[in-house]
Amino acid sequence: MAYNLKMRLWRGDKSGGELKDYDVEVERGEVVLDAIHRVQATQAGDLAVRWNCKAGKCGSCSAEINGRPRLMCMCRLSDFEESETITVTPMRTFPVIRDLVTDVSFNYKKARQLPSVELPERKPGEKRTMMQEDVERGQEFRKCIECFLCQNVCHVVRDHEDNKEAFSGPRFFLRFAELDMHPLDTADRRERAQQAAGLGMCNITKCCTEVCPEGIHITDNAIIPMKERVVDKKYDPLVWLGNKIGIRNKDNDGRTPV
Amino acid sequence: MSTGVTGPTRASIPEKTLRTDRWWLYPLTTFVVFTAFVIYATWRAFSGTHYFVEPYLSPFYSPCLGDCVEGSSDFGQPFGWFPLSSALIILIFPLGFRMSCYYYRKAYYRSFWLSPPACGVAEPHGGYSGESRFPLILNNIHRYFWYAAVVVALILTYDTVLAFGPMQGESDGIHMGLGTLIFLVNIAFIWLYTLSCHSCRHVVGGRLRHFSKHPVRYRLWTWVSRMNGDHSKYAWLSLFSVAIADLYVYLLSTGAIEDLRFF
Amino acid sequence: MARHEMTGNEMSYYAEGGIERHQYDVVVVGAGGAGLRAAIAAHEAGANTAIVCKSLLGKAHTVMAEGGIAAAMGNRWPEDNWEVHFRDTMRGGKMLNNWRMAQLHAQEAPERVLELEDWGALFDRTDDGLISQRDFGGHRYARLAHVGDRTGLEMIRTLQQRAVQIGIDVFMECTVTDLLQDRSSGEGRMAGVFAYWRETGRFVVIDAPAVILATGGIGKSFKVTSNSWEYTGDGHALALRAGAKLINMEFVQFHPTGMVWPPSVKGLLVTESVRGDGGILKNSEGKRFMFDYIPDFFKAETADTEEEADRWYDDKKNNRRPPELLPRDEVARAINSEIKAGRGSEHGGIYLDIASRRTPEFIRKRLPSMYHQFKELADVDITAEPMEIGPTCHYVMGGVEVDADSQESAVTGLYAAGEVSGGMHGSNRLGGNSLSDLLVFGRRAGESAAAYVAGLGEARPAVSDEDLRAGQWSAVAPFSVDGGENPYSIQHDLQQKMNDLVGIIRTEAELAQALEEIEQLKVRAKSMSVDGHRQYNPGWHLALDLRNMLLVSEAIAKAALARQESRGGHTRDDFPGPNPEWGAKNLVVSLADDGESVMLNPQPLPPMPDDLKKFFD
Repeated sequence: MAYNLKMRLWRGDKSGGELKDYDVEVERGEVVLDAIHRVQATQAGDLAVRWNCKAGKCGSCSAEINGRPRLMCMCRLSDFEESETITVTPMRTFPVIRDLVTDVSFNYKKARQLPSVELPERKPGEKRTMMQEDVERGQEFRKCIECFLCQNVCHVVRDHEDNKEAFSGPRFFLRFAELDMHPLDTADRRERAQQAAGLGMCNITKCCTEVCPEGIHITDNAIIPMKERVVDKKYDPLVWLGNKIGIRNKDNDGRTPV
Repeated sequence: MSTGVTGPTRASIPEKTLRTDRWWLYPLTTFVVFTAFVIYATWRAFSGTHYFVEPYLSPFYSPCLGDCVEGSSDFGQPFGWFPLSSALIILIFPLGFRMSCYYYRKAYYRSFWLSPPACGVAEPHGGYSGESRFPLILNNIHRYFWYAAVVVALILTYDTVLAFGPMQGESDGIHMGLGTLIFLVNIAFIWLYTLSCHSCRHVVGGRLRHFSKHPVRYRLWTWVSRMNGDHSKYAWLSLFSVAIADLYVYLLSTGAIEDLRFF
Repeated sequence: MARHEMTGNEMSYYAEGGIERHQYDVVVVGAGGAGLRAAIAAHEAGANTAIVCKSLLGKAHTVMAEGGIAAAMGNRWPEDNWEVHFRDTMRGGKMLNNWRMAQLHAQEAPERVLELEDWGALFDRTDDGLISQRDFGGHRYARLAHVGDRTGLEMIRTLQQRAVQIGIDVFMECTVTDLLQDRSSGEGRMAGVFAYWRETGRFVVIDAPAVILATGGIGKSFKVTSNSWEYTGDGHALALRAGAKLINMEFVQFHPTGMVWPPSVKGLLVTESVRGDGGILKNSEGKRFMFDYIPDFFKAETADTEEEADRWYDDKKNNRRPPELLPRDEVARAINSEIKAGRGSEHGGIYLDIASRRTPEFIRKRLPSMYHQFKELADVDITAEPMEIGPTCHYVMGGVEVDADSQESAVTGLYAAGEVSGGMHGSNRLGGNSLSDLLVFGRRAGESAAAYVAGLGEARPAVSDEDLRAGQWSAVAPFSVDGGENPYSIQHDLQQKMNDLVGIIRTEAELAQALEEIEQLKVRAKSMSVDGHRQYNPGWHLALDLRNMLLVSEAIAKAALARQESRGGHTRDDFPGPNPEWGAKNLVVSLADDGESVMLNPQPLPPMPDDLKKFFD
């Protein structure tokens, strides 16, 4: 069962680095993170790697394996040929800190800029009512484990550092969509999604969906519906006309733009 | 100074991608097929000939509103004065629908503009503003093209009904040939493609906040959502089927082949 | 002023030694459910609050919680109320719980859950649009508010988003190594924490008169565990060193259902919801063996035929619950016995089967992440075949002894909430009670810490320079040894020994041996050395965590050796039954005078008032 795996791991920090070769004994049932841990325990005690649950639930061990953004704990060695060399690098969109660890503060900064949920007041003891079909769309988005692989793979920021200022990225479009579809929320974030968050920069090439380890349909269920909602507000002359002559779309009643 | 994956703060790796799989296959295939279609469609649309053989009207020319050959204009000839091919009058609608389609956008941004060519593969451009500016911001009018596409699909459905009609020299009544079958398949794919559209999904129910208060629209939305999962598949199938339907009419019209009549 | 790259926090530089320094009213150590809830409460009570956590925000172990939050809201069963929940909790803990904590917990949990909804959580709904509640082991009624089987994720995300919204400062990837006290007035009072940034290895001191420990558990000291690397007992050890006491440390919960195959995921949790939603346990002979293991204590409320058990899912009034839903300690022991008797599965577990009992659609809808987990990691389709599972170290009932109402420890200004605190769950925790525990006591800790600080006025405790130097010296000590042993191998040996000798079934001889082994490991740990430098160096981080793991492991083994009975999460082969004498006391652990080992003292349970006693007649 055990065999020798050839790995190339990126070692280095802000000042530079390179891919280094390692040979490590592994078993077929293991995942890439197991192999990395064995390298760490036996050959390179200071190999920096970020991880927590090792079960695909916390989203800490994001990296790029043979060039593809993945969670190291969910990437099985049996998906590769035994003779294949597995190359692991840190995520290439965020500033590197050391070895496989990157500075993902970009995402936390964007999270702080996001308007939060605004529900009507509730008296203590009172129970809110929401129907299952009304929360289901949001629930899909809340499966997000914040591994930031979608943020990493998105070419808008991956290939264009200067867009980071104006672009929140797929993870936060997910949040916009979640709040916009929340049955009780009272805020209207469409303007903000389009302007401050840079929704228009997304050209729906769907890489975020491709890499999502939770299988969330980021593009189809969140970004495109959000774009359509912005269109409702910004570009739809029928909606504009309807407003003028008093046939109003009541979907956004009780929502205040933020 | 480069700002992408080889930028100063990123892990220093010279390769634009470390992917070892055949990531270039999808953009390359898409590029080849789309280019072939565009060349074919341009030639056929501008030619202005061989688009009608009783009872088949090429989908590129339907509805035929210009100075069309006898029997092909089911909706009159309001543009009879138009000097060029009649296809050019109406083709903007299906073309616009497809150009602004969320799936086709992905496909051509990836394969024609390489933005990005594949996930985790660096794109070759220095700057990027996505769909936030003219002209790409115009893609946001997709839903109007969808309204038009529904009308076009209805007309093509009418054409398909007519395709059950007699060929020259046949008796009145219902007939069927290979052409009818091709038209049937084509209209099925056209409808699947049109109804699985993201804008359709939004309009029928996606825009609602409370599905529970609109059970019928919720049901519709659920159906459209299910079809929407295969939108890209329908985009390809209907692209092929429409080209094949047109090619079939062309071949019949030039006399290269004869329609295989079933009854 | 410079801002830290990770957090955006303002950084001030201490003139000498380059130690970063900050001032807050309340510092919360840990950003799981309890830590975040405590920070939110402290902030809302007006205290200037910071959170320090070892990982990135939102990655804490709470995300691993799957089943749900136990709260007697009565959405499915109007008969349910806090009294029933209180009774279930006490009985689940074999009456060793701190009754006051169990009472507060049962009373306040429903409002804490509704609060999460105010902050954006989207729970699964009943047909009436209320929060849906599911069945779990030991709970009389379907009581667990849930979101599929990822309730912990929902909870942590909601709290995280709330904390970000109200602007609480978070020191991410920052590890606390020492609690700092002001001893100028004789008694020590909390004055702050000493920590290092994982990213840079740079030291940071946060001055704060109130410190809330919310560091979670100790599971990483065991080899087969559902816990993440963070669970090194930091809070337990910090509290001991600061002079606080731990109770109930002998009680470690082994979750009955952890994955056993493939080896890389051994121990990974399989949620109890699988059983709550109809899953059953079978041995290699295909027998539904739990009917053979119903203890007298639960006979009256457990079904004794398969027919009755199966009817219960739909008709709870006229049927008793299936034995698969006995409290976790009972089920884990039963599984252990079956495996030992040679009726285990191919890879040394037993079978958990829901495939033959529920439709694939039902399974995928109710247990999406279990479906995903088995599919991705073990190539097993749980809608078509049974899972192989076995017990895994999951939770420590023991923790810092705190005042039930305020969560304050024996040290002024030091609070503890969540898994790191002890007493609430007695000798065994019911599934679902941990998430509600985090919320209820997180909030209480936050509020009382804020109130304490507000009462201090200007007279704040101060950190002494001496303590700062000691903190630095001790943190860099592993670098000063050359050619010493690698911390990874010491950790590996500790995990193996704890698993083998202090595991699910214990004996006097093995426990005594464990204590000797721990002593040897302590000696080895003194001379361990680490490679490289201080910047994001996991070897160094482990070396520091290892000290905590050793101290806490000793506490567990020592308490386990002393308690000569079997009760809840503590099973002694040589003392198989419960002993009423032991049932009347807790074991209290404190730091010995040498500062490196622990000592034990028995302490009688706080007496329960009569109006609560009546529930157990």
